[in-house]
Amino acid sequence: MTMAQTELKAPRPETLFQRNMKLFASSKLSMFFLCVTIGFVVMAVAAPLIAPHDPNEADLFRRLMPPAWMEGGDWAYVLGCDGLGRDILSRIIYGSRISIFIGASVIIVATTIGVLAGLAAGFLRGWVDVVISRLVDILLGFPYLIFAIALIAMTGPGLQNIVLALAYKEWVIPCRVVRGETLATTGVEYVEAAQAMGASKSNIMLREILPNILSPVLVVSTVRMANVIILEASLSFLGLGVQPPTASWGAMVADGRSFMLQEWWLSTFPGLAILLLVLSINVVSQGLRDAFDPKFHD
Amino acid sequence: MSLGKFIERLLQLIPVLLGVSVIVFVMMLFTPGDPVDIMLGDQHVTEEMEQALRRDMGLDLPPHERFFKFLGNAMTGDFGLSYYHRQPVAEVIASRLPATIELSLAALIFALLVSIPLGVLAAVRKNSFLDRLATVTSLFGVSLPGFWFGILLILFFAVNMRWLPVSGRAGFESEVAPITHLLLIDSLLRGRIDAFWDALKHLILPTITLGLPMASILMRVTRASMLDVLNRDYITFAEAKGLSRTRILVKHALKNALIPTVTVAAIETGSLLGGNMVVETVFGWPGLGRLVVESIFVRNYPLIQAAVLFYAVTYVMLNFFADILYTMLNPRVKL
Repeated sequence: MTMAQTELKAPRPETLFQRNMKLFASSKLSMFFLCVTIGFVVMAVAAPLIAPHDPNEADLFRRLMPPAWMEGGDWAYVLGCDGLGRDILSRIIYGSRISIFIGASVIIVATTIGVLAGLAAGFLRGWVDVVISRLVDILLGFPYLIFAIALIAMTGPGLQNIVLALAYKEWVIPCRVVRGETLATTGVEYVEAAQAMGASKSNIMLREILPNILSPVLVVSTVRMANVIILEASLSFLGLGVQPPTASWGAMVADGRSFMLQEWWLSTFPGLAILLLVLSINVVSQGLRDAFDPKFHD
Repeated sequence: MSLGKFIERLLQLIPVLLGVSVIVFVMMLFTPGDPVDIMLGDQHVTEEMEQALRRDMGLDLPPHERFFKFLGNAMTGDFGLSYYHRQPVAEVIASRLPATIELSLAALIFALLVSIPLGVLAAVRKNSFLDRLATVTSLFGVSLPGFWFGILLILFFAVNMRWLPVSGRAGFESEVAPITHLLLIDSLLRGRIDAFWDALKHLILPTITLGLPMASILMRVTRASMLDVLNRDYITFAEAKGLSRTRILVKHALKNALIPTVTVAAIETGSLLGGNMVVETVFGWPGLGRLVVESIFVRNYPLIQAAVLFYAVTYVMLNFFADILYTMLNPRVKL
């Protein structure tokens, strides 16, 4: 054996998560829709820079102006104007902020709580598990939208209240997944090794178990985010979401409803925006699931 | 499943139902505004009358006593008076319930009729054009916001083509004396074919809107489980025996492949309840979902409370039956 050979370092083994992510990145469809999703996020962040007009600037002279390519349209207002003469494109751009902000905050809050509760229930077992699992069972007893509507009826509509109303029930979903995954790690070597080395319980949960169960958490959070965005839009549509004049897609569809016989563009474009964003997230989530599910690896 | 297991599972429902009632009660306890003020509205009454009303509604009791009173009343179906309708809440809910049940059942049947054949075909012809089309359609199905899709359907089928009515449950001329309160069935029982067609026409668009997400989910489940079953040894064996393809599919594969579909369908029936609020609002469907949404804007809290409790109990029971059904269909699973 030569010296040069002994100095060669073995390549660092790829973690399962990295291998899965590579598999995900190899799907063109998933990557395309990931780009669309990122595009929506950029649009939300940079709304003031991108939007051609002030989303709340009303002008009754422009009332119900059709899209630019139709008779009476104006290229300065590409997608036309609503019943108060506000630019629909600008309102869609600003509306993305609400959908993405609520979708992301609900998922971040719910996933954090759900992961911690699930780890605690699955690893500590005993009364902690009993309390958390009972609470999960009870919250699962409510249909989602009805639970959120009841909470909003109580607290009143508003950005913060909507996030809370949705997060109160949403955490249950990652919690159940994490609890199951954590239970499955009982007796697995790396956990036993950490225990033998005297690692504290919180250390084992957060440093040993958590990194190993990230894949299902990621898949669940993406698919749930798509769901939360539809729920938020539904609440806005029912008039229980963010209140006017703030632009939100669901409320724009609702506003356009009374004009739908003639002015179809009022409801159609914001609805398309919801569809495109939710579809993109769903395709990404499907791609992640295909990449992470060992059944698909053959 | 043994009777003992069934009873054990039934008893497990008690803490869940109790927890659900506590949450509903606490929600309403923290609702802003004094119930007596809301109920009286602009009416001027004396201080004594107000106190009497407060005592009558049990509002002077401490919270835990109020909870037990609420629970006791709920068990006897007494949810108080709907402020808005000046009628007992239970009566108001009962009057709107048949419309919601009819729509939910129609959506369930629609979802099953669409998803099972499509899911089976997609699995049998895996990777074909049809399979891809079904997959893409189901992705759209779960991504479409129901309220928007409903509006598009109205715009096309009702407004442009004038094939179907825009909203409502039935026209004036097709009223029939109620028997089951489900219009489709009542009109048939009374021999009113015209009323039946009218009710059916009103039902089509809301049914599609409500049933599409469920159909999409069930299609995927059926496809996946059919693919799984088709790879099993007993199917290969049946093929080796020289049985016809159709016979294998229908008699051997489908029977087992449908177990997950039926279970998921039972669970998803609960989620139809949530979708009802949106779909009933879009189509002006006179059901419970729309009633709840309307009640929020007039702060009709007793009704919201009763409806939320009703929805939750129904949902818990549906999930319970889904569990039982799953065990009965799949003897290897132990509860």
